[in-house]
Amino acid sequence: MIEVKNIKKTFNDKTVIQDVSAVMKAGQCNLIIGTSGSGKTVLMKCMVGLFEPDSGDVLYSGHNFTTMNVEEKTEIRKEIGMLFQGSALFDSQTVEENVMFPLSMFTKDSYKKKLDRVNQVLHRVNIVDANKKFPSELSGGMKKRVALARAIVLNPKYLFCDEPNSGLDPQTALLIDKLIQEITVEYNITTVVNTHDMNSVMETGNYILYMYQGNKEWEGTNREIIFSKNQRLNDFIFASEFLRDAKDMRMLEESGKISNERNMDALLDKDAATLVPPPGE
Amino acid sequence: MTIFRDIGRYLLMIKGMFSKPENGKMYWKEFIHQCTEIGFGSLGIVAIISVFIGAVSTIQTAYQLVSPLIPPSTIAQIVRDTVILEFAPTLVCIVLAGVAGSRIASELGNMRVSEQIDALEIMGINTKAYLILPKIAAALLMIPLLVVLAMALGIWGGRLAATASGIISGSIYDKGLLEFFVPFNVIFALIKAYVFSFIISSIPAFYGYYVKGGALEIGRASTKAVVVSCILILFADYVLSAILLPT
Repeated sequence: MIEVKNIKKTFNDKTVIQDVSAVMKAGQCNLIIGTSGSGKTVLMKCMVGLFEPDSGDVLYSGHNFTTMNVEEKTEIRKEIGMLFQGSALFDSQTVEENVMFPLSMFTKDSYKKKLDRVNQVLHRVNIVDANKKFPSELSGGMKKRVALARAIVLNPKYLFCDEPNSGLDPQTALLIDKLIQEITVEYNITTVVNTHDMNSVMETGNYILYMYQGNKEWEGTNREIIFSKNQRLNDFIFASEFLRDAKDMRMLEESGKISNERNMDALLDKDAATLVPPPGE
Repeated sequence: MTIFRDIGRYLLMIKGMFSKPENGKMYWKEFIHQCTEIGFGSLGIVAIISVFIGAVSTIQTAYQLVSPLIPPSTIAQIVRDTVILEFAPTLVCIVLAGVAGSRIASELGNMRVSEQIDALEIMGINTKAYLILPKIAAALLMIPLLVVLAMALGIWGGRLAATASGIISGSIYDKGLLEFFVPFNVIFALIKAYVFSFIISSIPAFYGYYVKGGALEIGRASTKAVVVSCILILFADYVLSAILLPT
C-alpha cells in the first residue's frame, strides 16, 4: 500500500501540486487522471522520489519514504518497478540485456538463472524471439512490453506506469492495460498508473484519483465515475458526445432501467434522429 | 550568478559520484567499456595527428634554423621538446575534448532526455557513480597513455619527415634526441595529461547529465561541453606551465 499525505510541490513559485492525499491499495490498479498540466506526472515523480516534495509524506507500507536517507530509499527503490512514457529502454543494449540489467545489478544469480528469469518475464508480456533485438528495432507496443518486463523482473511490490498507452493504437493500448491489470493481480502489486486514456479508466480503474490544476478534485472507482456529479470530471471523462451517450447508456444499465448489455439499437435510434438529412438534400 | 550555480552543481556532481557501488562487477564492466570507447576509440585520430604534428614540426624548425653555427641535431631536440611539452599533451587533449568529450555529453544527454537516467534512479542505482565515475576513471587511465603514445609517434613522425625530405639523416636525428634531454619534461607532460583528462571527462559529463529539453539541447550541451573543456584545457596549460616550469 502507498499513502500520499498532503503533498505540495512548487517550481519557481508556481504551485504544481497543492495538498494532495491518497491511498493506493495493493493488488489493484490505482489511476491518476487529469488533463495535461494538472500535475499527475509531478505527483508520480514525487511518489517515486525523482522530485522532492516541498511538504507532505509518501509512505510505502507505512514507511515514510520522504524522510528516509539515501540507503533506505535505495532499499525501497529495489521494490519499485516503473514503466516510463517513452519506455526508457537502454538503447545500446538488446532486449535481453535490458531486462537482465536489474538482475545483474542486484542479484548474484548465475547467467543461466538470470536468462531463465528474463525469458520467463518476456514470455509473460508476450515477447518472443526478440531477445537479441535492439530497442530501435521494436514497435511502440513491443517497447512498452519490454519495459514492463524490465519493471517486473525483480518481482516489485510497487509498479508505476507513466502514461503506458501514449502513442499506441487502441487495440495495443487495451492489451497493455490488460497486461498491467493481470500482473497487478497475479503478483499482488500496488500499481499506480498515470493516464488520460478513457479506455484505461473504464477498464482498469479500481481506484481513480482525478487531478485538476494541482488539486485532488475527485476520487472513486470506475463504476462510481459513471454516476459522478462533478462537472469538471464529467467534462474531462466524457468530453465527446459519443462518450456522453455511452455514459447515459451505462447509467441506464447500472440502474437496471435497461438490460445490462450494450443496447446498440437504442443508441443508434438516438443517433439516427440527428443523421436525418436536411430538407432539399 | 549562473556560473556560481553551475560550479556548485558541478562540485555536488563530483561529490555524488563517491558511494558504495551497488555491484562492483557491473561498475568494472562499465569501466572497461569506457576504456575501450575513450582509449581505443580515439587511437586512430591520435596516431594520425601525432605523426603529422611531428613531421610538420621538423620541417618548420629546419626552415627557421638557417644559421650554419647551429648543429643540425638541434632540430631533433626542438621537435622532441615541443612534442613532449606541448603538442602531445595539449593538442591531443584538445582533439580528445572534441572526440571523447562530445561523445560523453551526447551519450548522457540522450540518456537524460529519454528518461534512461530516471529509470536507473528508480531501480535504486546511484547514476552519478554508475554513469560518470567510470568515464572519468577510464579517461584518467587511457588519456595519459594516449599522450605517451602521441609523444612517441610525434617524435617518430619528425624523424620520418627529416629523413624523407633529406633535412637531416636518421642517425643525426637520433643523436639529437638524446642531447640535453630533461626527464622532468615527460613528468610535466603527464601531470598535464592527468589534469586535462579530468577536464575532458568531467565537464562534458556535467553538461550531458544536467541537460534539459530534446535533441537540440543535447547538441547545444555537447558543443558547450567541448568549448568549455577547450578553454579550461588552455587555462590549465598556462597555470601548470607557470607553476611547474622553472623560468
